[in-house]
Formats: sequence, structure tokens, C-alpha cells
Amino acid sequence: MSQQHILALFNNFENAEAAIYELRAADIKGFNFDDLTLKSPIEHHEVEDLLGKRSANVQWFTLGGALLGGLLGFFLISGAQANFFAQMKGGKPIVPFPPNFVLTYEMFILGGVFISVLGFLVCAGLPAKRSPLYSAKVSEDQIGILIKADASAMAKIKKVFTDHEALEIQEEAGK
Amino acid sequence: MEKDISESIAWAKINGDVLKSLEAPRKLYWVILVAALTLFGVGLGCEVYQYQIGMGVANLNNPHVWGLYIATFIFWIGMSHSGTLLSAILHLMHADWRKPIYRFAEAMTTFSLMTAGLFVMVHLGRLWQFYYSVPYPNERGLWPNFQSPLLWDAMAIFTYLSSSVIFLFIGMIPDLAICRDHLHEGWRKKLYTILSLGWEGTDRQWRNFRVTYLTVACFLIPLAVSVHSIVASDFAMSQQPGWHVTSFPPYFVAGALYSGCAAIITLFIILRYVFRFEEYMTLPILKKVARLTFAISMVWTYLNAIEFAAVWYSHDQAAKDVLLQKAMGPYAPFWWMMIFCGSVVPLMLAVKRFQTNIPVLFAVSLLLNLGMWLERWMIVAPTFSHGYYPWTWDGFQWPSWVQWGMVFGSFGWFTLLFMLFCKIFPSVSMYEVKEMVYHRSLASKKNELAEKGAH
Repeated sequence: MSQQHILALFNNFENAEAAIYELRAADIKGFNFDDLTLKSPIEHHEVEDLLGKRSANVQWFTLGGALLGGLLGFFLISGAQANFFAQMKGGKPIVPFPPNFVLTYEMFILGGVFISVLGFLVCAGLPAKRSPLYSAKVSEDQIGILIKADASAMAKIKKVFTDHEALEIQEEAGK
Repeated sequence: MEKDISESIAWAKINGDVLKSLEAPRKLYWVILVAALTLFGVGLGCEVYQYQIGMGVANLNNPHVWGLYIATFIFWIGMSHSGTLLSAILHLMHADWRKPIYRFAEAMTTFSLMTAGLFVMVHLGRLWQFYYSVPYPNERGLWPNFQSPLLWDAMAIFTYLSSSVIFLFIGMIPDLAICRDHLHEGWRKKLYTILSLGWEGTDRQWRNFRVTYLTVACFLIPLAVSVHSIVASDFAMSQQPGWHVTSFPPYFVAGALYSGCAAIITLFIILRYVFRFEEYMTLPILKKVARLTFAISMVWTYLNAIEFAAVWYSHDQAAKDVLLQKAMGPYAPFWWMMIFCGSVVPLMLAVKRFQTNIPVLFAVSLLLNLGMWLERWMIVAPTFSHGYYPWTWDGFQWPSWVQWGMVFGSFGWFTLLFMLFCKIFPSVSMYEVKEMVYHRSLASKKNELAEKGAH
């Protein structure tokens, strides 16, 4: 069965929320709830209750990046200092920990920040091409619901949108 | 109680007002831009002259090896802390009044750091020797000294600058998408299309955006503290009288937040007028910033007193002599001016009617930053003119016009970058202002319902 996209625009979050609840409850054949994307001009914390727990794994990138940065920093500095093992240090350590901690700390942060951003791009799917249906109104004041579903399910989905006062419905045939 | 922002502003109007600021500012914008360009030209001319003739023209010589360049370097590093305070600390504390003003504070952070970085180069004179502060071995395989605070400084500033740019950019992505969607065709639209990375405001994007923004904010707070502590270590880890003080790192951090807050007031007032942001940069928000500045000014005053007391009771005669020289020697007018601008002038911010008086606040904020700039000069110069050896006791060495030209030029450079940024990128965060309006209108609806229920 060919897949199609449909985008509905709503005037407020309440209408969009009601439409999503109905779509989830309706159990429409040919429509998988995970293929629903909510688009909004601001972040709605309520979305998590609405769509169910969807993962955000940026924090694992952060942890990896911070550890990697810290280790890289420490071993870079220590490696450079270890070049002087043959020189007389007057009893001082070849690799002094307290001053090295400062740069290790900076590299810990640098790694954490850089890799978090990389994680953000990976997890959020950015940079991205425009999705098949997009309306500039979503970045202004309207809430959009984008659904990918079988062509057979479109009529029912469209009816749910219409019942919940969708301002505009756009459809496009998928591949 | 006055509201920080009106809950009835339509979201489309928020977009419209902010996007208008990218197109048609008031005439004052162009006046500021030309003035900034002129000042920058003066600074550039001084740098070219110094580069051609040599460092002698700066009148930097033994014992005054660090002059206005290093003092102004610290000033600009300090200025950069405002963005972190408003964006990261207040973000973690859920202070939503920061939302209309944090973007320009973040931009301030970035451009202050860029300006500060220039002073390192200017101070070196031989620009190509900058690589000595980079963790890269020379032709003999010798690495720089990783135990030197100067090297820590280079690394800390690089980390802070790159993280601040990233923080500014990440926070701006949803707004760049708005610009992409609503501006006419042209080079700007192409720029926003590239920079917005295809943002569409999907639940997946927002979810990951929130986590990333929070994470980077969490990293930025200790980073900002470490940066200025390390700058303080440039002084405190030396044996010079007047610098070898334990309280220097917190003193520097407090001073940084202080000058940053004062600069926020100055730029708040300018942007509010120039871009017609009266509905977003409101007087109740200005009042909060003024109160915050007052609180930090008192912390700074306290730490100043601690520093003086520590020197006075430490029985370190050389440090004591430096302090006495500051108060009664040739630097006395500047030192007392610093005390007046930094500790007495902010008392005006405690007076309620001045907290929303724009002309008074503008003048106060400029005086505060004058005081903070003098503070940095008073840290650097007097110690050099009264060190441990009598041959250093030459009293006073007035900086040459080249040094002054470079200092004024740095203000021009900063203003130029900042004003160009505000004209090219939205200086008010549209999506965060919408969030603020949305959450406040929800809260007031709840209150209304609760009141109806009570009746």
C-alpha cells in the first residue's frame, strides 16, 4: 500500500491535543502512531504525555564527549611533559597533577560541549531537508500535525482533523 | 504588580516586531554604527602604527610591562560573563523574565571575548608569537609550559569563546527558522536557510533541543567561573605585591558579573529605543536587572573590602605600600574614582524610583562600567610602579596615546560587531518570548478559574 503524508494546522494546542488523543484511541488501520509528528512554534512540555515517552539521547553524547575531552587533555599534557623525563626536575614530579587538572577540566568542558552539539544534530536529525509538507505558519502561531500513513487511512485521519477544527489540511502523495 | 510582559501579545505580532528590527531601525542605529566604525578606525590605525614602529610607541617599558592592554583585556573578559549569567544561571533558576533579553547578552559575551582576545595579540606586539600560547611544540620539540596560568588562560578563553558561540547559535536555531520562513527572498533568506539547518519545530527537534540547551548551560556556568578565576590566577599566582591574594578569583568573578550586568543595562536601553522593543524589553524587566546589578555591586564592594583588609592585616609591607600608594599616591584620583563609581554610585539602584528611570539608569550603568574599567587598571598599574625593588618605584607612567587609542578602538570594535549582529540576527528570542506569553496566559487563566471557583 502506498504511503502518503497529511499535514493539519490548528489554531491552538488544545485542538491539536484533542485530535492526537482521538487518533491514538481510534486505532486506524494503516496508521502507526509513531509516524505522527507534532510541529509547534514553541516547546510544549505536555507533548511527552501526549505522544508517549520518546527518547532523547543527547546526554550520552555529553557524557562520552566530556570524558573523551578530559582524557585527551590530560594525556596530551602529560605526554608533552613526559618528553622531559631525562631532564633534572629538582625533585619535582615529571607530571604534576594539580596544574594539569586545570587544563584537563577545560578540555572536559570543551569535549562535553562540542560532542553534545554533535549529539543534538544526530538525535534531532539535523541538518535536514524540508519534510514533504511544511507550512511557515508553524513557525508563527499555528500547531501542525504531520502524519505518514497508508492511503486507505487518509479519509479517517482527515475526518478526525476536521472534527477538531483544523484550519487547513494539506495532502501529498508519498513515494 | 506590573507585568514583565503583556500576555495579550499575539504570536504573529512578536514575529513581526522582531523581524522588523532586522530591516528598519531608528536613525540612532546608524549614528552608533558610524561612531563605532570611527573608533575602530582609530584603534586600527594605532595598531598599524605600533606594528610598524615597535612597542616603544605604547610607552610600555620596565617596570610597566603590562599597561592598558592587559587591564582592558580583563575588562572585556569580565564583560563576557553577563551572557552566561542571564542565559545559563537564570535559565537553570527558571527566571523567565530573562527571555526577552538573554539573546543580546549572549551576543555580548561572544563579542566581548573576541575583543579580549585581540588585546592578547596587541599586547604581544609581534603577532606571530601568539603560537607560544598554543599547545603546539616548537621546532626543537619543546612544548609550552603547561603549569603557567597564561597558557591556562589561552585554553580557557578558547573554550569559553567556542562554547559561547555554540550556545548562542544553538539557542538561535528556532528563530533562524522563523527568519527563513518569513523574510523576503535575498541573501538573508539564503543565510537563514543554511543556518537554520532545516529546523521545522518537530517534537523530536524540540525534545533534543531542550536537553542540549540545558546541558550546554550547565557546562557554561563552571566554565565562566573557571575562566575568570584563571585570569585572576595570572596575577594571584605571581609573587608581586598587591596580586598575591587568595580572594582574587572570587573578586574577579564578582567584578565580571558586575560589569556584565551594568553593560546589559546600557545595551538594554539602547536596543529598546533603537529597535522599538518597548513591549519586550519592559521597565519591570529593567527593574529586575537593576536590582540584580545592585546586589552584585554589594558583593563586589564586600570583596574589595576583604582584599584591602587582607593586605592591611597580613604584615606584608610591600603589599601594604602598594595599597597606600593606590590610596594616596599618583594613582589616587583613579583609585578613589573606582571606589566611587563601583561602590557609591550603585547605591542609586537601591532607590525604587531610579530602578525604572531610563536616563538615570543609563548614566549609572556607564559610570559603573567606568568604575569597573578603572578597577582593572588599578589592579595592573600600581603594582608595577611599586614592586619589591626600589628601582621600580618610579611612581607613575602615563599610557601613551597609542594605548588609549587602542582602548577606545576596542569599544568601537565591540560596538560595531554587536550592532551588526543585532541588525542581521534577531536580538530578541521570538520563540522564548512566545513561551513566556503562553505560560503566563495559562497561569492567569488558571488563576481566573480558581477565583471563579472560590466565589
